Amino acid sequence: MADRERLVNIALALIVPACALAAYGMGEPFYVTLATRIAILALAAVGLNLALGLGGLVSFGHAAFFGIGGYAAGIFATHAFNQTPLLASPVVIMATSQMPVIWLVSAVVAGLAALLIGLISLRTSGVYFIMITLAFAQMIYYFAISWPAYGGEDGLSITMRNSFPGVNTLNPLSFFLIAYGLLLLALFAFSRLRDSRFGAALQATRQNEVRVASIGIRPLRIRLVAFIISGMITAVAGALFADLNRFAGPSMLSWSMSGELIVLIILGGTGRLFGPVAGAILFVLFEFALGGLTEHWQLFLGLILLAVVLFGRGGLIGLLAGKVRHG
Amino acid sequence: MAEPVLSIRNLCKSFGALKATDDVSLDLRPGEIHALIGPNGAGKSTLIHQIAGTLKHNSGSIHFMGRDVSALGVSPRAQMGLGRTFQISSLAPEFSALRNVMLAVQANQGSSFRFWKPVMADASLKDTARDMLHRVGLLERADIASAALSHGERRQLEIAMALALGPKAFLLDEPMAGMGPEGSKRLTAFLDTLRHEAPILLIEHDMDAVFALADRISVLVYGRIIATGSVDDIRRNPLVREAYLGESV
Repeated sequence: MADRERLVNIALALIVPACALAAYGMGEPFYVTLATRIAILALAAVGLNLALGLGGLVSFGHAAFFGIGGYAAGIFATHAFNQTPLLASPVVIMATSQMPVIWLVSAVVAGLAALLIGLISLRTSGVYFIMITLAFAQMIYYFAISWPAYGGEDGLSITMRNSFPGVNTLNPLSFFLIAYGLLLLALFAFSRLRDSRFGAALQATRQNEVRVASIGIRPLRIRLVAFIISGMITAVAGALFADLNRFAGPSMLSWSMSGELIVLIILGGTGRLFGPVAGAILFVLFEFALGGLTEHWQLFLGLILLAVVLFGRGGLIGLLAGKVRHG
Repeated sequence: MAEPVLSIRNLCKSFGALKATDDVSLDLRPGEIHALIGPNGAGKSTLIHQIAGTLKHNSGSIHFMGRDVSALGVSPRAQMGLGRTFQISSLAPEFSALRNVMLAVQANQGSSFRFWKPVMADASLKDTARDMLHRVGLLERADIASAALSHGERRQLEIAMALALGPKAFLLDEPMAGMGPEGSKRLTAFLDTLRHEAPILLIEHDMDAVFALADRISVLVYGRIIATGSVDDIRRNPLVREAYLGESV
């Protein structure tokens, strides 16, 4: 079964860039953008999958991290374009439009936010954890709405997509390859982490917290670190998402965004390495195919989600590659 | 006499009006098996919970390795060397027996914040864990998910995990429960050798095992210790016979 999962993973890993390349070759930049959207949502979900899939932490507030990344990209882009400083006093800090710097800032800010949110929310579990993470995300959402300097309810338009050394990010294929490269990097890091000592402790904490404590590992610390790494990955995806749409707005911080990330993981396969990729492909295809037919496409998505939850707990990966196996 | 490894003084714990632990004092000395017996509802498990740190006591003190551990949580007490098994087997159900023990070895090495190297390629972790499984006689079941193990096998796995912690004291909560007579006999022989590694506070309903193993027995009734002594003292003690052993002796 493990080998079959590997084959499925390789197939999924190839399909997305193959479609992007083909679309680019045929002069269809719209489909390249669709593939980029898949890669970025998958990246965000890889982050959440670490907390939710491996750690069993149903965070209903990951839009907070996604939005932090988005606003970081938007704010940097705006200041860089207007050539105004990010901070005027006490020291002048100029903005940059370099993506790697923006990703780093996104990850650091989101990591700090995750530290604070995690310290409070991880003391609870179940519904309380879901509600507290949601509450924090909503706080940040309303903060963004009431912050006129950066667009308030209207959000921030990004006039010039941020840049990457040696790459023309305005070319849709180049930008796709950046997003896809980061996705592969995150997937690799996820797989290493899952099989590491930390991953073992994290997965054991999900299965049996009391047991983990009784052998001398502190579950709270394990979960906190996982939650922080998770938020950091999702934030980088948020920065890319803002650059893709050339827009960062409160919608990136909304609860429905958090919900979409969860839906995506459940569709693809919770805790599975390529679950987020499978989920993002399904989600974006549904959005595109059904969204063209009816405004209420999410109704059909809901029905499919219901079927997955009731009949196929492993999501698409579970369907294709069978049940998960622990060594 | 050597310093006791675990020393409990005047411990009290109430749930509302119910005194679950009532002025309990108890020592666990190096090299001994100290059995704690008592009828159902006597407060044995409540006492274990307080020693392990899952419950906080209301008053009194618990010293472990010469240090007052009253303020410490479950994990730090385990790190100090308190190897506990659970009355109801409590394992990571999706993990194989081997991975469960590997987790304990990892905890004992004190290094769960390593993010990159695969555990299954970590020979030191794996070999130590296999040794532990071998010692409890579970090596041939190493790759079975712990949820799929029999009740008795899970008990053995619990002990293997406690062993992997290299503990300074064992806290065994009814290790014989659910084992067949054959298994109980084997486990009794094993625990007999284990006392040389670290002293054992043994909670057990199987009186044959208790009488065969215990250096000392404490009898807990309604949260109070009514007698502590050698096997013979306890057998002869009229209070104990009345309160607990009844016609079973």
